[in-house]
Amino acid sequence: MLLDVILCGMILAVALAAVSGLGVFRAVVFFVVHGVLVSMAWLRLDAVDVALAEAAIGAGLTGVLLLSAVARLERLAGGGAWRQRVNVLPAGLAAAGVTGALMWAFLGLPQPAGLGAEVAAALPRAGVENPVTAVLLNFRGWDTLLESVVLLAALVGVWALTADDDWGARAGVAQHAAPGGVLEGFGRVLPPLGLMVGVYLVWAGAAGPGGAFQGGTVLAAVALLLAMAGLAPAPRVGAPALRLALVAGPAVFLGVGVAGLAWGGFLRLPPDIAKPLILTIEAALTLSIAVTLALLVLGRPEPGDGA
Amino acid sequence: MIDALDGIDGLRDAASMALTGLGLAFFVAGTLGLVRFPDSFSRLHALTKADNLGLGFLALGLALQADHWGQVLRLALIWGLALIAAGIAAQLVARAALAEAARRRR
Repeated sequence: MLLDVILCGMILAVALAAVSGLGVFRAVVFFVVHGVLVSMAWLRLDAVDVALAEAAIGAGLTGVLLLSAVARLERLAGGGAWRQRVNVLPAGLAAAGVTGALMWAFLGLPQPAGLGAEVAAALPRAGVENPVTAVLLNFRGWDTLLESVVLLAALVGVWALTADDDWGARAGVAQHAAPGGVLEGFGRVLPPLGLMVGVYLVWAGAAGPGGAFQGGTVLAAVALLLAMAGLAPAPRVGAPALRLALVAGPAVFLGVGVAGLAWGGFLRLPPDIAKPLILTIEAALTLSIAVTLALLVLGRPEPGDGA
Repeated sequence: MIDALDGIDGLRDAASMALTGLGLAFFVAGTLGLVRFPDSFSRLHALTKADNLGLGFLALGLALQADHWGQVLRLALIWGLALIAAGIAAQLVARAALAEAARRRR
C-alpha cells in the first residue's frame, strides 16, 4: 500500500516534470522515466502483459523515437538547443481543458463490471490459455489487425518524407561505429540473447504474459543494435524481401480473417484449430512488427546526411 | 522482528535485508555522485560503478529468496546484462563527451 502511494506520487511528479517546460531533451528523459514507472504500476496491478508492452514500446521505443526527434530539431536549429516557440498559456489551458473533460466523462460513466467473467467463460474455445492473447487475437482480432495496419501506415508516413534522390537507398542515416570498438563488440554479444528473449516472449504469449508486440519490440532492438554497430547495414527501402516482411503480419492476419468467412464470419477462428492459427498470425505479426519498429527508428533514407 | 529472525528462514531473511540494504546504500551513493559531481566523466564513474555494485547486492539479496535455481540464474543474467550495458553505455557517453569538449575548444 505504501509502495503504491509512493509509486503514484512519483508518476505524477515525473509527469509534471515532463510537461513543465524544462526543455525538450529533459521532457523526453522524464517521459521515459514516466513510462518505466507506469510499467511498474501495471506490474503492481498484475497486468504483466501491459507492463511489458509499456516498458518495451511506451518507454523504450517511443523514447528512442522522441530522442532522435530532439536530435533532429537541434540539427535544424544549427547545433544549439532547440527552443520551443509555443505559447505556454493557451497550450496549458487547452491541455487542462481536455483533461478536465476526460475526467468529467470518466466520472459520468457507470461503474464498469469488467469483461473478465465473459472472457473466462469463452477461454476454452479461444485456443490459447493467456486471456490477454485470447482477447487480442481471437475475441477482438479486429483491433489488433487494425493496429498492425496503423503501424504500417506510420512507416509509410515516415518514408513519404524521403527526398526524391534518396529513394531506394538504405533506411536511415549512414551509421559509423568505430571498427573493433565497444559498440561493435556489444553488437556481437547481445543479439543471440536478444533473439532468444524475443522469440521466447512470443512463444510464451500463448500461455502467459508476452506476445507479438512485446517480442517484436525486443527483436527490433536487436536489429537496431546490429545496424548501429555497423555489423549489418540497414536494408534498402525498395528491397522486395523487406516489403514482404513489412506486410506479412497484416496480410496473414487478413487472410485468416477472410478464411473465417467460410466458418461463420470475418476473423472467426474455429476452436479446433484456433491455436495453430493464432500462432501463425503471431509469428507473421512478430516479423512485421519487429521490422516496422526498427525501420521507424532508423527513419527515412538519408544517405548523404550524417557522414 | 525477533520472532521473524528465528531459524534458518529467519537467518536467510536477515541476510536478504542486509544485502538489499547495502545495495540501496550504493544506489544512494551513486545518485549523490550523479547529482553532485562536477563533470560528465566523474558522473559516469559514480553512476556505472556504484549502481552496478548496488544492483549486484540487490540481486544477491533477492537470490537468497529464490525458490529454485532457475530464478538465481535469471537474476545473475539480469545483473550480467546490466553490467555489460552500463559499461558500454558509459564508454559511448564518455566518447561523446570527449568529442563535444574537442568541438568546443575549436
